Amino acid sequence: MKEVVRVAGGQGFWGDSLEAPRQQAEGGPIDYLMLDYLAEVTMSILQKQKERDPSMGYARDFVGAIESVLPAVVDRGVRVIANAGGVNPPACAAAIRKLAESKGVGGKIRIGVVTGDDLLGRIDELIADGHSLANMETGEPLSTIRDRVLSANAYIGSTPIVEALSRDANIVITGRSTDTALTMAPLRYEFGWSATDWNHLAAGIIAGHIIECGAQCSGGNCLYDWRSIPDLANVGYPIAEAKADGTFVITKHAGTGGRVSVPSVSEQLVYEMGDPHEYITPDVVADFTTIHLEQEGPDRVRVSGIQGRPSTDKLKVSIAYRAGFKAVGTLVYSWPDALEKAQLADKVLRERLERLGLHFDHILTEFVGASATHGVLASRNPVTTDYPEVQLRFGVRGNDRAAVERFTREIAPLVLNGPPSVTGFAGGRPKVEEIVAYWPALVDKSVVTTKVEIL
Amino acid sequence: MNVRLLDIAHARSGDKGDTANVGLIALKPKWYPILERYVTRDAVAEHFKGSIDGPVVRFELPNLNALNFLLHGALDGGGTLSLKTDAQGKVFSTALLRMVISVPDDEARKSSLPSSDAQK
Repeated sequence: MKEVVRVAGGQGFWGDSLEAPRQQAEGGPIDYLMLDYLAEVTMSILQKQKERDPSMGYARDFVGAIESVLPAVVDRGVRVIANAGGVNPPACAAAIRKLAESKGVGGKIRIGVVTGDDLLGRIDELIADGHSLANMETGEPLSTIRDRVLSANAYIGSTPIVEALSRDANIVITGRSTDTALTMAPLRYEFGWSATDWNHLAAGIIAGHIIECGAQCSGGNCLYDWRSIPDLANVGYPIAEAKADGTFVITKHAGTGGRVSVPSVSEQLVYEMGDPHEYITPDVVADFTTIHLEQEGPDRVRVSGIQGRPSTDKLKVSIAYRAGFKAVGTLVYSWPDALEKAQLADKVLRERLERLGLHFDHILTEFVGASATHGVLASRNPVTTDYPEVQLRFGVRGNDRAAVERFTREIAPLVLNGPPSVTGFAGGRPKVEEIVAYWPALVDKSVVTTKVEIL
Repeated sequence: MNVRLLDIAHARSGDKGDTANVGLIALKPKWYPILERYVTRDAVAEHFKGSIDGPVVRFELPNLNALNFLLHGALDGGGTLSLKTDAQGKVFSTALLRMVISVPDDEARKSSLPSSDAQK
């Protein structure tokens, strides 16, 4: 057994730094490269792509990422674990296989493909069997949106990834695995943790939570003493150096920028946190109130004390559905009286939409520069009202595409026929966007069967 | 003595559906009890009045010198439905740091809290 296993986080979401995977693989010793591509909204985007082309539906950035780390995988035995498969893990695996063959290293790549999370084709069967897939937050039954469902995926845990690793896969591709399982699985595999070793599994999950958002734990988006964080242009992505006893150190490669400190790790720990006593995953319920952090050295934070409890008998299901259309238009008003001008433009625009008989489910006006991010907390006691400029940001949402489309034609005219001192319309008409909304539900664990294939 | 949270805490926020969460972390471990005592659920609900539609829930993480607040109905529907600039609640963190708490003078002195009275 290895004494220390190093899992490096190289991607925090689909769209993260293209350089990070290679920097993690080449910048120093690592055993595993963990790449997290999936957010709630990503699955639905991928599903739309798959509808258009059945060979799509996975995170295509992953192919470039693998190309950039092939030498480390082939020559140094670094293994890659990623949920890049999206709604089509087999197609993702085929693309990686093709890449490996074209680079002449096909014989050195074993791809583990995890499937079984995709429930789209089973929804009616599940409902017929009494699984209501009701919305976890509102309690509404799925039937209210059944005909608009685009994708449905269960969040699956570490077990199939562990199986792929034990069958010698050096690239493991999953669909909707939990982000944290991608980090916990290799630790469970290497240290032989059992499926009921709750404290150790919880430690692996929390290591995953810390590194799953890339540099957000190593100096990126860090509010604490932010001016002093060095060399963000070359920010180091995080590495979890884990031991069999469930303790680990968060660090980053030498010579990189950013900072790993108790405050930087603490900020990431509370990110997207619900009830800290029960961080529920398919594998274990982790207790964030048991975490102990200690600065062990420069850019090294030791994490210990973590406890976990048995997992539940449910899996969370992420369902995406079509939910109408939206568009957001902006115009910039300049000093003097920038805010007042923008406010008048808002009033004029609302009146015109009314006269046109356009009705929307929702209209939201924001004044960027005055109150867009902090709302009344900023506008109640403003530090100044003498703004150099204010951006009017006007959004509408509704089920009638034509109405939203018509709204997009009402922004530009304001430049000539509305309040004065207006600019910043060069981007043209706002784009109409179809909204894909998210419906969280629960399903019995027993109905989801995962499968591992080696390609 | 009035104390601005910005001077005694840092924070990070994120989203889950239409709920924003704000993790509030004491800048010094000795200031955590101050946060626990004065940054109550009700005080935070009052602070965000007019900005959020739902209730506030508070959790304590003394091991991280942190409090976690859930602000329900904060994100104009949340996720892709939201029309807000901050649809994912990324800067509710700094919005909470605007909050000013009132701490009795001797307790504030004992904890060497920085006063915000001069700034007002």
